Parts: sequence; structure tokens; C-alpha cells
Amino acid sequence: MATFRQQSVIPGFGLTFGYTLFTLSTLVLIPLAALVLKTAGLDWDQFVKVLLDPRAIASYRLTFGGALLAATINGVFGFIIAWTLVRYEFPGRRFLDALIDMPFALPTAVSGIALTAVFAKNGMLGKYLEGWGIQVAYTWVGVVVALTLIGMPFVVRSVQPALLEVQRDLEDAAETLGASRFTIFWRIIVPTVLPALLTGFAMALARGIGEYGSVIFISGNLAYKTEITPYLIVMKLEEYKYAEAAALGFIMLIFSFAMMLSINLLQAWGRRRLVKANR
Amino acid sequence: MAGGPTKDLLAELKSRPGRNTLQATVTRTVFIGLSLLFLAALLIAPLISVFSMAFEKGVEVYLKSFSDPDTLAAIRLTLLTAAIVVPLNTVFGIAAAWSIAKFEFKGKSVLITLIDMPIAVSPVISGLIYVLVFGAQGWFGHWLIEHNYSIIFAVPGIVLATMFVTFPYVARELIPLMEQLGNDEEEAAISLGAGGFMTFFRVTLPKIRWGLVYGVILCNARAMGEFGAVSVVSGHIRGLTNTMPLHIEVLYGEYNFVGAFAVASLLTMLAVVTLIIMTLVEWRGSRGK
Repeated sequence: MATFRQQSVIPGFGLTFGYTLFTLSTLVLIPLAALVLKTAGLDWDQFVKVLLDPRAIASYRLTFGGALLAATINGVFGFIIAWTLVRYEFPGRRFLDALIDMPFALPTAVSGIALTAVFAKNGMLGKYLEGWGIQVAYTWVGVVVALTLIGMPFVVRSVQPALLEVQRDLEDAAETLGASRFTIFWRIIVPTVLPALLTGFAMALARGIGEYGSVIFISGNLAYKTEITPYLIVMKLEEYKYAEAAALGFIMLIFSFAMMLSINLLQAWGRRRLVKANR
Repeated sequence: MAGGPTKDLLAELKSRPGRNTLQATVTRTVFIGLSLLFLAALLIAPLISVFSMAFEKGVEVYLKSFSDPDTLAAIRLTLLTAAIVVPLNTVFGIAAAWSIAKFEFKGKSVLITLIDMPIAVSPVISGLIYVLVFGAQGWFGHWLIEHNYSIIFAVPGIVLATMFVTFPYVARELIPLMEQLGNDEEEAAISLGAGGFMTFFRVTLPKIRWGLVYGVILCNARAMGEFGAVSVVSGHIRGLTNTMPLHIEVLYGEYNFVGAFAVASLLTMLAVVTLIIMTLVEWRGSRGK
């Protein structure tokens, strides 16, 4: 024990550590292991067949493509919103700032039916878009809209503190030395917020790929067309094809781990940058 | 989490030279305009539509939709689930934060990553894993059927899936906060003869209470609103295993839009209250950076 942890006068390590490990194992680790083992029950050919099924591939394209597009949109608009909230004072700024967290607090089923109502053909915004020939509800565009809403707070909340770190003195110095606004933006602001922006982008992407509740109402769930991978997993479960559901889930799980790892690395990079800048 | 500018910064913004040049004014207007437009279309319009759809046929029809016994059963199940899950995850969060923030041991960052895992996992997979363990074809399926227990397609499954999804929320709020606060005061209390529990309740808890409130309230919002994970394990039995979000899906599928949006309006109000409490806690500034 002495080598495993440093000595401390504070009591309760055994109790709290034991309880943490016990709960974590029973609730999280063992069930996740069940998914891996169920997938391992398939032989290689079956596994590949499930993964490369045309319907599955169509669902990957929508899920990954949609999440990537939504995260990119959020990268741009999330930055603009964060900039607005940090750099400008205007009536309602604090209200807007508080509102950013709404997608965290709002149940996904609610945002799903509400977005569908707004973007349906006769909806609040859908009727105008319809006039321009843009259909949102029940197409891939709707999937992107839902994923954009879900991912937005991740980018804004990640970029906001980073923008506060930008040293105004540096911008002022650059400006007195004759740098253009564009140069200041590229050479001072972008390098400072880049790790945070990428972290937010990666979080929005990871969340978007797994998202289910807000998408299934607006997408229409047409096989090969507007069906996301999580929905396909649910379909397999309803047909009692547990092993196939597990195989698809396994792939998504691997991807989640990869995303989690890259987010951790991005955050570590951001911290190192910050330490260096403050030295 | 919300990081608006401080008072000093705002004062500095107002006094900066070049603030009123044409270029600065145009940039400012464009940025504020784009932000408002984006948030209006994506956030405000859906929020308005929840209430306008719920009240489409008048207040009476809205109120009458809550007399449906299945709707009431869904509300009860959601409250029951949260009443079980939130206290359990709060105890877990405190225990995890105590062991991780107060002590130095090997593999700490691995442990933190494992605790965070449920956030990264798709909700559908969060439900799927419990089906694989407790479902009819699962590890314990036979045993459960023989002994007449049901977990999947029953309330225990819903509770388990909800616990999984909301597992990290209290812990990830408390760990950084307690690490930042340090051990000095606890060490002083212990050296003066206080026991572990007394130290926690009299020294640590008062310091972390706002962070704890924040984590618990977020955990509660997620527990009441969870859809994907619960959907997989519930079996959608009307009046028995439908939580509020699942009941919304059922009503919506039956084209009972007033009913669906009426239930949604309750959950929206929950989200608004959650957001208000979160904002108040942040404004107190007592929550860790």
C-alpha cells in the first residue's frame, strides 16, 4: 500500500477508494465488458459482414458526416458567439450567456420534437426555407441541424475561457507596430485559442456521433437515407439480433475511446501552451 | 463554465481607443448579429414552439392532457427514477472526489478517465450493455427468468441505465474543486482530533457545497431527461415503463401533439429551472474555476 499511494493523515482512503472502484466496476466496466465479449462471440467473417453491410455503411456516412459538418459549423459559429460574449457588452448579454447551456439541460427528446416543429414544412422557420426550396425536416439537413444544436455549448464553453486569456497588451503592441487586424487575428488570437477551439470541436463531434434523442424525430429514419447508426443499433435490438447490435456498438465504442483520448491530448496541449505563455 | 468578461474588463472595453471607428462598429454589429441570429433559430425558436404547440388548442386542452393516467404514470416513474439515481450518484461522486482529490496514488488519471467514460459513450450503447448483461439472452438472463426477476423492460433496468448515463456528473464537478481547495484545513481538523466524518461534514462540505449543488442539479436534469439509454431498456410498456421523455415519443407517434408538447413543456420548465440554479451558483463565484 505504501508504494501505491503517498502517506497522508487524512482518513477514509480505503472506504472511498473501495466504494468508487466497486461502483465503477459493477455499473460501468463489467457491462462494457459484456459488449466486448458479445462482439467477440461473432467470428471474423460475421463481424465484417455486419460492419460492411450497405445499410450500415449508409448510416456511418450520415452519422460521421453529419457530426463532422455540425462540429465544423459549431467551430465557426461557436467562435463567433464566444467572441461576442467575451469582447462586447450589449443588452441581454448575460441572458444569452446563460442560455448557451440550454442544450445541456434540455432533454434530447424535447429538442428533437421542438426542432421538428420549427423546421417542418409548415413550421415557424420551415415554411420560409420551403419557399427557397430547402427541406430540413426528414432529410440529412435536419440531422445536421439537430447535431449543431447539441454540440454548440461544447465549443462556446471551451473557447470562452481561452479568449479571456488572450493578452490585450499583445494586440495593442502589434497594432502600434503596424500589424493589420487580420495579422493580429491570425498571429495572436488564433494561436491562443486554437487548442480550446479544437477541444470544443472534438467534444461536439464525439457527442454528435453518439446522439440519438434529438436526431430520430427530425431525421425520419429512412433506411439507407436518413438513418443514423445508433438508430440502426436499436433496430437490430428490436429484431433480437443482439450480436449484430453489439458489433455495431463495439465500433462506436472504439471510436468514443479514440475521441476521448484525442480530447485529453488536446487539453494537455492547451495547458502546456498556457504555462509556456505565462512564463 | 460560463466565462463572461469581468467588471474590470468591461470597464476597459468601454474606455478603449478606437472603439467607435467605423471598422470596429461594423465588426461588432456583424458579430452580435450573427450570434443572435444563430441562437434565435436554433435555441429560441424551438423553445417557443414547445409552448406554442402545447397551448395550440387552448389552456383547457393543455391541462386536460395531464389527466391522462398514462401521462401521470410517466411523470411518477420519472420522479421515482430521479429519486433513486440522484442520491446514489451523489454519494458516489463525493466518495470518488474524496479518494481522488485528497490522496496521491498511482493510476489516478486512468481512474478519472474511466469515471468520465459514460459521457463519451452513445446513449444507445449505455442501454445496450445492460440488455447484454440482464436481457433474456444476456449473462444473467436465465437466472433472472428462473427466479422471476425482471430488470430489462422493467423499472430496475431504467434505473440502471439512468445511473450509468448520469454517473460522472457529481464526481467531475467535485474533483477539480476539491483539488483546488487543497488539504490544509482538513489536515488541521484531523490534527485537532476530529474524525473523518466530522472533518467532512464540518470542514469540507461547507467549502464545496455550491459545486455539489451544481453537480447534483445537472445530474438531476440529465436523469429526468434521459432518452436513448432508457429507450433501449424500457420496452415502452404504456403506464408501466414509460418515463416522461419516452411518453413524449409515444404521444408524438400517435399524432397527439398537444399531449406530447404538454409533457415536453414540463421538461422544458425543468431545464429552465436547472439553468437558473446553475447560473445563480456561477454568479456566486463559489464554484471552482
